[in-house]
Amino acid sequence: MAERKKETAIVISQEKLADGIFSMWIQTEASKSAKPGQFISMYTNDSSKLLPRPISICEIDKENESLRVVYRVTGGNTGTEQFSKLCEGGRIPVIGPLGNGFPLEAAEGKKTFLIGGGIGVPPILELAKQMKCEEKQIVVGYRDAHTFLKEEFEKNGKVYISTEDGSMGTRGNVLDAICEHGLEADVIYACGPTPMLRAIKDYAEKKNIVCYISLEERMACGIGACLGCVCQTKEKDHHSNVHNRRICKDGPVFLATEVEI
Amino acid sequence: MNMKVNIAGVEWKNPVTVASGTFGSGAEYADFVDLNKLGAVTTKGVANVPWPGNPTPRVAEIHGGMMNAIGLQNPGIDLFCERDIPFLRKYDTKIIVNVCGKSTEDYCEVVERLAGEDIDMLEINISCPNVKEGGIAFGQNPKAAEDITRAVKKYAKQPVIMKLSPNVTDITEMAKAVEAGGADAVSLINTLTGMKIDIHKRTFALANQTGGVSGPAIHPIAVRMVYQTAQTVKIPVIGMGGIACAEDAIEMMLAGASAVSVGTANFHNPAVTMEIVEGIEEYLKANKIEDVRELVGAVKKL
Repeated sequence: MAERKKETAIVISQEKLADGIFSMWIQTEASKSAKPGQFISMYTNDSSKLLPRPISICEIDKENESLRVVYRVTGGNTGTEQFSKLCEGGRIPVIGPLGNGFPLEAAEGKKTFLIGGGIGVPPILELAKQMKCEEKQIVVGYRDAHTFLKEEFEKNGKVYISTEDGSMGTRGNVLDAICEHGLEADVIYACGPTPMLRAIKDYAEKKNIVCYISLEERMACGIGACLGCVCQTKEKDHHSNVHNRRICKDGPVFLATEVEI
Repeated sequence: MNMKVNIAGVEWKNPVTVASGTFGSGAEYADFVDLNKLGAVTTKGVANVPWPGNPTPRVAEIHGGMMNAIGLQNPGIDLFCERDIPFLRKYDTKIIVNVCGKSTEDYCEVVERLAGEDIDMLEINISCPNVKEGGIAFGQNPKAAEDITRAVKKYAKQPVIMKLSPNVTDITEMAKAVEAGGADAVSLINTLTGMKIDIHKRTFALANQTGGVSGPAIHPIAVRMVYQTAQTVKIPVIGMGGIACAEDAIEMMLAGASAVSVGTANFHNPAVTMEIVEGIEEYLKANKIEDVRELVGAVKKL
């Protein structure tokens, strides 16, 4: 009873990876049970900003009880901007790990696509590190040649890149990269903006491929109580008793066929 | 030292509950809060049938608070009775079931269904600003508020708390009306209707366009309305609106609240309700006050 709590994580390091993209390692209890695809609720130290920011887990280091988060600063005077100013030894309140994470077992013995787009790229890294499968094809999409985490991905599988402006890899989106290289897979794992996920869901349905997508939505509680962050589902959900599910608690990872996006 | 309060004949072990909609039916928060330590748990509003709620985005942050337009998504009374009441009954706390509806008949159907259930109190939501039918439609007209109170009282087997909206010219008129209709208590305030525009996307922050504003930003408004209401009606007042710490809760009680509900603050700190209970106890001890009920309405004129 009441065995979970908001804790104060300690910043181990912080660096800027690209324009507006920051990487932070934090020491936290949340690392102990964290899985790829889960997220943590991060709170600012500014009492006028009450709600947690749900941030995906980029890497897990159980030995050093730490997590890496890679996040985008969404503007001036935002919570994420405040996170980006924290230095080594800084304190940051967190709750986590939260959500379900990617099902790793579905990849066993299979050819997989690990797809990340934009700020959906980070959670794909820990997934790539932990995934054991026949063939790991990492497809990551960026706006331009200012990529991040690229070298780390290259250590964990074959990497294909798309950029919106064509300044690196395939011009266009992640599906354009898949098409250009003539890639195929049995299972897809994806995280990124909704239009990208919608296109991947369609692609997977046409090709009859099992596809897991990680969704994002504005959250308030982060633990499944407030019903702020729901997505529509094809079937009636057993918990909500209506056609929607909670992204924070039942997700953020869903089988693409079960959600309407 | 006594922390017990009596709200319309129901004894709570302390004056702290949660605001409906911020706490589900307690199952998720039970990982963070020992529900046995709360005076009562107030559930998310439940209707006669399942409601899907509004499109997303449903929540947005504002300076010192938040806005929501969930739209009263709920699983309907059948699943609620089967799953949520038995869950809460495992704990030593009072159960207040919040009831919502689109018509008088809807409300009465739920209240009648709950008459045979093992729950302690009913809170009737006539103040939700985020649904097109029902909700606030009953809460902005004294005659309508009195009528719906009288109607649900016919079926109610538990004491009835009417939850009032601050989106009115004079909340005391509404409080008087529900008291005349037979309400056993009032709770206030529900959220204030607001709007937020995303200047980057040049669109509304909430899909519903408007939403209910809550959090510390609205606390002084809530204190004022609780004070006015407590001066006006004889039935107990449950105060809520931006309570984020023990000091806020004590302030609300001094204004006239016999008990308090904690809402948005749960999102910032899931354990805040327990901390508020402890903080009130510490305040009583520090000020040599024997009974928490001595705080109720004890604000002095300057």
